[in-house]
Amino acid sequence: MAFLELDGVYKQFGANHVLRGVDLHVDEHDVVCLIGPSGCGKSTLLRCINALEEIDGGTIRIDGEQASGRGVDLDGLRQEVGIVFQSFNLFPHMTVLQNVTLAPRKVLGLTRKQADDRALTLLARIGLDAKARDYPDRLSGGQQQRVAIVRALAMHPRLLLLDEITSALDPELVSEVLNIVRELADEGMTMLLATHEMSFAREVSSKVCFLDEGVICEEGPPDQIFGDPRNDRTRIFLKRIIEAGRL
Amino acid sequence: MALAGGIVETAVPPIQRVHRIRTHLGLSIASLLAGLAVAAVTAVALDRFYDSLGVAGTARTVWAIGLTALAATVTVVLAACGSMAVARSVRAARLIPEDRVAARASGAAAKDWQWYVAGLSVTALVVAFFAFFLSANDGAVRDQYLNWDAIDEFLPFLWKGFWLNIKVFVVAEALVLVWGLVLALARIFPGKAGRPVRFLAVAYIDLLRGFPAIITIYLIVLGFQAGDVPPFDQLQGGTKLFWLSTTALALVYGAYVAEVYRAGLESIHWSQTAAARSLGLSYGQTMRYVITPQAVRRIIPPLLNDFIGLQKDTALLSVIGLLEVLNRARLTSNKLFNLSPNLAAGVAFVLVTIPLARFTDWLVARQARARAGG
Repeated sequence: MAFLELDGVYKQFGANHVLRGVDLHVDEHDVVCLIGPSGCGKSTLLRCINALEEIDGGTIRIDGEQASGRGVDLDGLRQEVGIVFQSFNLFPHMTVLQNVTLAPRKVLGLTRKQADDRALTLLARIGLDAKARDYPDRLSGGQQQRVAIVRALAMHPRLLLLDEITSALDPELVSEVLNIVRELADEGMTMLLATHEMSFAREVSSKVCFLDEGVICEEGPPDQIFGDPRNDRTRIFLKRIIEAGRL
Repeated sequence: MALAGGIVETAVPPIQRVHRIRTHLGLSIASLLAGLAVAAVTAVALDRFYDSLGVAGTARTVWAIGLTALAATVTVVLAACGSMAVARSVRAARLIPEDRVAARASGAAAKDWQWYVAGLSVTALVVAFFAFFLSANDGAVRDQYLNWDAIDEFLPFLWKGFWLNIKVFVVAEALVLVWGLVLALARIFPGKAGRPVRFLAVAYIDLLRGFPAIITIYLIVLGFQAGDVPPFDQLQGGTKLFWLSTTALALVYGAYVAEVYRAGLESIHWSQTAAARSLGLSYGQTMRYVITPQAVRRIIPPLLNDFIGLQKDTALLSVIGLLEVLNRARLTSNKLFNLSPNLAAGVAFVLVTIPLARFTDWLVARQARARAGG
């Protein structure tokens, strides 16, 4: 049994059918990359797994536990599943340290001392402990995104969802964020990421899924998807990526 | 050279571009003459106003010096700006054969000086209008608004009365801050189950904003008194009236401030809620730690605007007999058949609202800067 199991997940916004029956299995310590054209439903899929969006059909299970529909402990689920957004979404009225410690203190019930210690350890690992007392607007985009990752990690999630986390960054800041993801992959963190960084996806992932028009058209090991795509739509998509010089 | 049929088409027919030089000489001369005319009108108006003043002795000398200085300043500044405009225009005309760029720069400077004349003239004319207005009918108008004896007689009552206005204002403001937030949170209460709560909040806000405040004040203050409504029935006389009045104002302004809070809460991007909920925070925790603190920061300027309104509307309480400043002004006015105490009471309000308004402007500017910088 896979750690994360999606069966026939369906989601629509009004008349717009975004997900049309997505089946996806992610094993523990897997790093799965979702690729596909803009608007294909990558972000929506991640938001559904975190129950930020309610699904209209199908089931989501995490470690065998139902994670969709009415019979789900939302706040409990979200403690197990962390998500990092494209636009960082740090809390602008809080310092870096407060951003990272808010949930551990209020949700896990840690004391300020415990939460601060753990947060500073994590921040030191990404080289930002010196910025702990700064507000997010004093940080570069890359630094903000690294803090956002640490904020999610501070809850000790068993699954980390990364939603195009480098898309809002200037090109020279992308690598500092990807390096953290690489390290997390090496440490065995289970991750599901939507990304446009194709060469990174090829390097870091154990499985790549090509999502188009709300379904997974093709999935497989990265070398097969990028080197020998079998689905026509995957081929057209990758051809365009190569023409744009992004692979 | 663009390729024929390329993205950059050749213009047909060819465009003739003309680089003109404008000296603005005619307008400069006109502005000098207009400025001098305005200065003359202002001087006459100030002279009339001086004649209408009902003061004697030292005060009269002080007024004479002040008004003469004002008239002289207006004349000198207008004449100087007008002359500068003419001088720059003349220089521009002279420079045309030698240095086209310098000529254009001088012409532009002439235009600037013309605008100075225009701005100052409008201001001077407004001052002149009020000077004429107050001096009309041999100073009878001035006597109604600026009767020094009447103001003198009223001053002790002014402080006594206005102190009450300030007390009502401060207490009502504190109540409004809490009550407004409660209403706003009820107004955006989530889910289907929250619908009746939302409906109640909307009804309350619509009703109290729609009702003329003066009617609400009548209904609450007089009605609660007549009906011995607890806990106000435990209070006596002035204290009772004070708390009833303050409550009535707080209920009215709570509705306005609730809408300010709501706008602030809704202005926080949903991605903040998404981030907070994704970390496992509950709806209540998200509101408390993430959304409300950001909203409150953002709404301080509009909130202060409503407080300026609240501060002024304490004068409405004169209708139910609270001995606040307007009521006391009216008593003195009626006795002396003179409106000056009312004007003095108005000035007292302005002295409080102006710093508050400037403080609000400053906060708005600071926020705009912060956003631009961020």
